[in-house]
Amino acid sequence: MNEETKKPHKVFLSGNEAIAHGAAQAGCRVASAYPGTPSTEILENIAKFKDTINCEWAVNEKVAMETAIGASIGGARSLCAMKHVGLNVAMDPLMTFCYVGATGGFVFVSADDPGMHSSQNEQDNRNLAKFARIPILEPSDSQEAYDMTQAAFEISEKFRVPVMIRMTTRTSHSSSLVDLGDFKPAVRDLIPYVKDIKRTIPVPAFAKGQRLAAQERTETMRAAGEASALNRVEKGDSRLGFVTSAVAYQYVKEIFPEFSILKLGWTNPLPRKLVEDFAKGVERLVVVEELDPFLEDQIKAMGIQVVGHETELNMLELNADRLQNLRHELLGDVPAVTPAKPDATLPTRPPTLCAGCGHRSVFYVLHKLGAIVNGDIGCYTLGAFAPLNAMDSTICMGASINVSAGMKKAGVKGRICSVLGDSTFFHSGLTGALSAYYNGTPVTTVVLDNRITAMTGQQDNPGTGRTLTGDPAPVTEIGEVAKAMGYRRVTTVSADDMQELEKTLAEAMDSGEPALVIAHAPCRIAAKLTKEGLCEVDASVCKACGACFRLGCPAMTRGAEIRKGAYQMKIDPTLCSGCKQCRQVCKFGAIKKVR
Amino acid sequence: MKTVNVSLVGVGGQGIILTADMLAKAAALAGYEVKKSEIHGMSQRGGSVTSQVRFGDRVSSPIIQEGRSDILVAFDRLEAVRTAHELAPDGKAVVANVDLVPVTVSSGLQPAVEDLDGRLKAALPNALVVDAMTIAREQVGNERTMNMVLAGALAKLLPLPKECWTEAMHQLLAGRKAKLIPANEKAFELGHASV
Repeated sequence: MNEETKKPHKVFLSGNEAIAHGAAQAGCRVASAYPGTPSTEILENIAKFKDTINCEWAVNEKVAMETAIGASIGGARSLCAMKHVGLNVAMDPLMTFCYVGATGGFVFVSADDPGMHSSQNEQDNRNLAKFARIPILEPSDSQEAYDMTQAAFEISEKFRVPVMIRMTTRTSHSSSLVDLGDFKPAVRDLIPYVKDIKRTIPVPAFAKGQRLAAQERTETMRAAGEASALNRVEKGDSRLGFVTSAVAYQYVKEIFPEFSILKLGWTNPLPRKLVEDFAKGVERLVVVEELDPFLEDQIKAMGIQVVGHETELNMLELNADRLQNLRHELLGDVPAVTPAKPDATLPTRPPTLCAGCGHRSVFYVLHKLGAIVNGDIGCYTLGAFAPLNAMDSTICMGASINVSAGMKKAGVKGRICSVLGDSTFFHSGLTGALSAYYNGTPVTTVVLDNRITAMTGQQDNPGTGRTLTGDPAPVTEIGEVAKAMGYRRVTTVSADDMQELEKTLAEAMDSGEPALVIAHAPCRIAAKLTKEGLCEVDASVCKACGACFRLGCPAMTRGAEIRKGAYQMKIDPTLCSGCKQCRQVCKFGAIKKVR
Repeated sequence: MKTVNVSLVGVGGQGIILTADMLAKAAALAGYEVKKSEIHGMSQRGGSVTSQVRFGDRVSSPIIQEGRSDILVAFDRLEAVRTAHELAPDGKAVVANVDLVPVTVSSGLQPAVEDLDGRLKAALPNALVVDAMTIAREQVGNERTMNMVLAGALAKLLPLPKECWTEAMHQLLAGRKAKLIPANEKAFELGHASV
């Protein structure tokens, strides 16, 4: 076909797929990550290159980074990937590895989530890389994600430094055409390992020298950045000059196509001379970047005048509409854009727990028991919302156990429990569970054991029996782990058995000792149980009491209104999974399993 | 060529992402620069889904500005009304004659839209309403090809050679899914003929 031959070497890749290809092309040998939106697909795609990249799901980001560090010290090119909050977990190794420095190229990806599409907070992780005095590369599309991943390995080896690639939801999850060049994933030889404790053991005597070296390295890298092709000037109308990076560059090209641009791909250390020269050549300098004024503050600190504006650009996700408002303010030649407000008369489609999800029965029971529930990060955070209304706090991965312990220690009265998933328990619930046991804090920890890392799209973990590459793995039973810690009260109960669940949870919370309850129910999507069976409501029996509606199952719909405001329940057969939750809640036996 | 902006909206599970992938591939095969954008994550749990495709000689932003979509493809009438403001004043809307009742309505938490017919006419007066589900169910014999009926209708409105669409479909349904190609091709053709 003629059309096909026009661009024969280009493939259509998301930013995350492009990073995986870049790592394979660069001869990366080891890769590790814990899933987290929007970074998850990086390792899922690296797994396609498992012949040359030894890759795995780590139990958390700290483990992933330390594994990649070990590979780098051992002379291999290595990569780890995480969402922005994952880097908080991995900061401990990073802040010292930035002294030790890389042997084999060491690259980590921080995928930030401006606008919090799928996160509990917003972070501009460029601040953390600057804090660690390490280089930052910021791709603006998939081609750059592919090219910069390879460049990052080169920079890392050249300056013996860990390198951060900063992605965002938009660059990770947008797709564009990528010229892969001569794409040949191959195993790269190890740089021979040489023991050198002055470098790899930063005790105070050595660390002081490394602190000074890090300072020197910053200036050497700055000089390299000044000359790097990753930073470039696009000359245009000099009445305005834009300094920009990452996807913000694409928005500048969209809205201010005629003006001069300093496009920075390597943003830390800031190439000051380049910025200074660019500023001299334009009448007014504007800095456009996604999230914090990271470049802008540094440029202002150099004494360069930067155009101030009323248009807010430094929080939430940037887009072309916001830049059009900037253009309206600066030039007045385009109209302002007023974002459409959601039409409040239209019913919403909020995310919900799936039909038959085992989390639902646990929250139903906890609500009934009147417990204070400290939650965690996963699908189950949705238990906070109506009609379940069964969560009081969510802070970060693994916090649930410790928040409950703190409440207990503070003397908060009543039933208190913590709820977290199996993957989150492995990620950072273990330490809290041990600490509570050690201190005799009578917290009840409920592990919603659905045998998958569900929220990010069903990834494997130590409880699933499979690895990232689909190979068989040993299974860790959380109950056995708790018993090994010394827990005497460890109970496993089926999340589908609500009576037993209620009894077990009440006993655990009232026991006055540390307790761990495993509420077991496989994720129906992962276990392919979304159509396990089918239930029906017998309209001649249903009294329209409304009890079942308090489960908030998406398969339940309103049936006939038999008294004013009292609706019978009807089951949507396309959504029903055939679980027995609503049958257990119905006091009248109106719900029958028909398949 | 001026950049063409296409927004595809609907509900998770309707095949929106696959349709957007096919459009993006078809545009790339036709020799254009293409960008596609979508949001994963919480939206997977039964929420509204939007995917955007932009193609032309040079495409910068991966997302479409508000009110600048040349074509809005809605897989559900409520979602069509919800996102009507994304369409440019001279844009065209293709709307599937499908109503997926939101859980918030079926469970009684929020009222249903009264007069969805009227709301749709007011929001998108010139919308091409395609009986996509009926075509998929009755003429193709597979409800899940509803997205390809809409893809066929969309293809009629875009300056992309039809063989690029066919090739894109074959690439996307290669391997284990290849057995689905005949039904999907039939759905695409029926959609193409429906507008």
